[in-house]
Amino acid sequence: MNFNDFLTMRHELMLTLLALVVLIIDLNLHNRHKHYIIPITLGLFFVNLLVGFIPEGSNTLFGGMYRTNPLLIMMKNILNIGVFIILLQSVTWLKKEENREKISEYFILLFSTLIGMNFMISSGDFLMFYLGLELATIPVAALAAYTHHQTKSAEAGIKLILSSALSSGILLFGISMIYGSTGSIYFDTITKVYANTPLQLLAFIFFFSGMSFKISLVPFHLWTADVYEGAPINVTSYLSVISKGAAAFILIIVMFTVFSSLAAVYKNILYLIAVLTMTVGNLFAMRQKNMKRFLAFSSIAQAGFILLGILGGNVMGMTSVIYFVLVYIFSNLGAFGVVSAISTVTGKESMDDYDGLYRTNPKLSLLMMLSLFSLAGIPPVAGFFGKFFLFASAASGGYYWLVFIAVLNATISLYYYLLVVKAMFINKNETPLAFFKSDLATRAGLLIAGLGIFFLGFWAKVYEIISSLSYGIMQ
Amino acid sequence: MLTVGAIMLTKDLKQARLASAIGMGIQLIMAAVLIYLYLAERSAGNTAAMLFTYDVVWFPTLNIHYSLGVDGISVAMIGLTGVVVFAGVFASWQMEYLPREFFISLIILATGVYGFFISLDLFTMFLFYEVAVIPMYILIGIWGSGPKEYSAMKLTLMLMAGSALLLVGLLGIYFFSNPDTNHLTFSIMEISKVNIPIGMQRFLFPFTFIGFGILGALFPFHTWSPDGHASAPTAVSMLHAGVLMKLGGYGAFRVAIFLMPEAAHEQAWIFLILTSISVVYGAFSAIVQTDLKYINAYSSVSHCGLVLFAVLMMNQTAMNGAIIQMISHGLMTALFFALIGMIYGRTHTRIIGEMGGLMKVIPFLGVVYVIAGLASLGLPGFSGFVAEMTIFIGSYQHTDVFHRVITIVAASSIVITAVYILRVVGILLLGPIKDHHFLELTDAKWYERISTISLVLAITAIGMAPLWLSNMINFSLAPIVERLSSIQITSLF
Repeated sequence: MNFNDFLTMRHELMLTLLALVVLIIDLNLHNRHKHYIIPITLGLFFVNLLVGFIPEGSNTLFGGMYRTNPLLIMMKNILNIGVFIILLQSVTWLKKEENREKISEYFILLFSTLIGMNFMISSGDFLMFYLGLELATIPVAALAAYTHHQTKSAEAGIKLILSSALSSGILLFGISMIYGSTGSIYFDTITKVYANTPLQLLAFIFFFSGMSFKISLVPFHLWTADVYEGAPINVTSYLSVISKGAAAFILIIVMFTVFSSLAAVYKNILYLIAVLTMTVGNLFAMRQKNMKRFLAFSSIAQAGFILLGILGGNVMGMTSVIYFVLVYIFSNLGAFGVVSAISTVTGKESMDDYDGLYRTNPKLSLLMMLSLFSLAGIPPVAGFFGKFFLFASAASGGYYWLVFIAVLNATISLYYYLLVVKAMFINKNETPLAFFKSDLATRAGLLIAGLGIFFLGFWAKVYEIISSLSYGIMQ
Repeated sequence: MLTVGAIMLTKDLKQARLASAIGMGIQLIMAAVLIYLYLAERSAGNTAAMLFTYDVVWFPTLNIHYSLGVDGISVAMIGLTGVVVFAGVFASWQMEYLPREFFISLIILATGVYGFFISLDLFTMFLFYEVAVIPMYILIGIWGSGPKEYSAMKLTLMLMAGSALLLVGLLGIYFFSNPDTNHLTFSIMEISKVNIPIGMQRFLFPFTFIGFGILGALFPFHTWSPDGHASAPTAVSMLHAGVLMKLGGYGAFRVAIFLMPEAAHEQAWIFLILTSISVVYGAFSAIVQTDLKYINAYSSVSHCGLVLFAVLMMNQTAMNGAIIQMISHGLMTALFFALIGMIYGRTHTRIIGEMGGLMKVIPFLGVVYVIAGLASLGLPGFSGFVAEMTIFIGSYQHTDVFHRVITIVAASSIVITAVYILRVVGILLLGPIKDHHFLELTDAKWYERISTISLVLAITAIGMAPLWLSNMINFSLAPIVERLSSIQITSLF
């Protein structure tokens, strides 16, 4: 393996190294000094984040199993940024007494799943894809059960592992049919021979169902709310942002390459599922009082919007999905960050507890409002641009009614996002949550998210870069 | 250019109202200077459609520009906004609860409105439209009165649903903005040069027109407006009825009709019927209301309906009247809401039955109220007369039966308007004093006088000397009307 190959695989290798280093440090540290792991890991991960930005061309390794190109690197970097924000936001929570002995576990598990996602994104065949998928899923289940002495957390872990095992099974079944009918597992080969025969169609449906579980599209979404509610808040934000983002990335790659010959068929399916996902997610989100469940359903609805970009089916669609995920990472992490900061300090997670928050914690409330507006797609924050481009790409495919339904859904989502804004700004409360000052890491995490929300939209360069990279891939 | 100044203001922390007053004063002066510069440029013989244009490419791959510029119409609208916002800041001088946040939201709202009027690019226009809508929720929700949370939510959601329609329309226009080549554009001026395929126009026009129509209180999508106005704090009612509803009328002709003239001709009759329902129904509803704010809110529905009505007549005179009506109604209704706010601040009731004889105790406010009322019912000498006169003359230029009948129906609203205005004036200001507490009321403070006088001045100025305004508008309307008349008319009537 030469240096170039290292550069090609640097995201995965660095992370593996990082996980090992954390393990070794953990072994050599006395129990009282465990919390030193946190700054060290954060620093190392930041280095990893920077290394990720070294420009690098396209390359393939292991005979085509592993491939990379600037767009894929971009996706991995986006995920890295999101993970970095989550790590910052989880510092306070990790420092708690009950978590002291498990700090390194948190990091190692988190990095393992990230490695899995990176492999999944870079996969050149279905074998690598499946390996990456499993590596990305199983540690998350362990993470969801991180505070296993709490029944809910344990329940979340078992639910996640069972439902993802089932979905993996279905997915694998689909893959085996693809292999059976085409004789290959390599994306490039399959793309050329894939046709519209019944078996291959069935294979696609199995594959797509499996993926739908991961992105929690309706009707495969039922595990989401319970798992999100039970898991520790930072794991929830990881699940809803990073896992979902990575799955959306890989879905769009596969849809646009391997299954491109099925486009005429899968667009009908996607249309239906997009409408269902947005509507059901939104309608359920309206009734939620627990902030984690609330954000869970809202993130289901957001996944429906992602499908609009896939339906667009062109460079614009690909660009808008990636851009949307980038914006979504910042917006959702802003919202989750605030919920996490409040829940870590006060233990309160219900929407009613947010009544009158603006009087005591104006900065948190403002950031929460910005994030929610961004999720709802209100200008001038970034979410507006993300949504607008998604709608534009769907409209470019001629799906005007779908765009209309989607924007109506965005309006519905605005209703429940405004409920939170109303709680914070308008509702009167005799005993609002007391003022508290978050520690440096939390504030840094929130600040990054806030800056992203505010400036990403105006900064057209980001969109242009993604667009030009996607253009290179689609040709 | 104007917007940047407004954003800078939000940095101010203490003395928010002073800062806002100064800032909005500067805005007003800038608007006046803009009008002056504009007129100077025109008289110097510059005949370009848009002046003072500023254009930067924003998203090159999608050909989205940040493109600003003004013509006679937008200059007039900016002048209106300047006056109303200025008056609004003074009308909310004694804001006690969270004043800083209030003024910041107000200014964001104003920024959205200014931006909307000067945008030449559909994307930026849409962006500013939404920027103008969202602060309303917070403004009404926090500082409103009555069922404020309900009203605020209803208003926001209905306007956002409007923007849903609008977005579909705008995206459709975008993807058919240049059917021959792949060079798509959001620029209004460039799209106006191409013809969008008629099939698409038929599909997109209702989306766009209703999208803007919701903001312009088009029947049956007007229900947000009375609740919203009634619950909003004074300055917000002023700004909302005075300016924000005008975004609907402005957008309807600048985007919907200007860019899709064929479909506009074909479908105008549907919307003409709807708008004349707004006009008459709004006026009738105003008669039976007992809450001052509701009366005005329904009267706004009626008057804004008249704007859309005139726009749909699609000839030079009526459209000119529509623009003047927007400005005139903007000023009048802002004046009304300012006065209602001031009266409410004194009597703590808005039910007209509980008041009476106010002319004796607060003569200044009483007189101004009478002026506003007379202007609203179209007394010559005030702006209302000029506007309505022009609209109905323009509408009557159509010789066919349908247009004439519908014009007569709409014109009947003048009489109904007189009924509710005079009724309110009679009960509220004249007659015996019903509550002896009213005897202790004090008349307008200095800031209230600034607020009302600036509006009264503007109304009278337009009423006395409408020609410069209508010339300015006419010049910019000419290309639009030309485009409308150049196409093959396949109207049903």
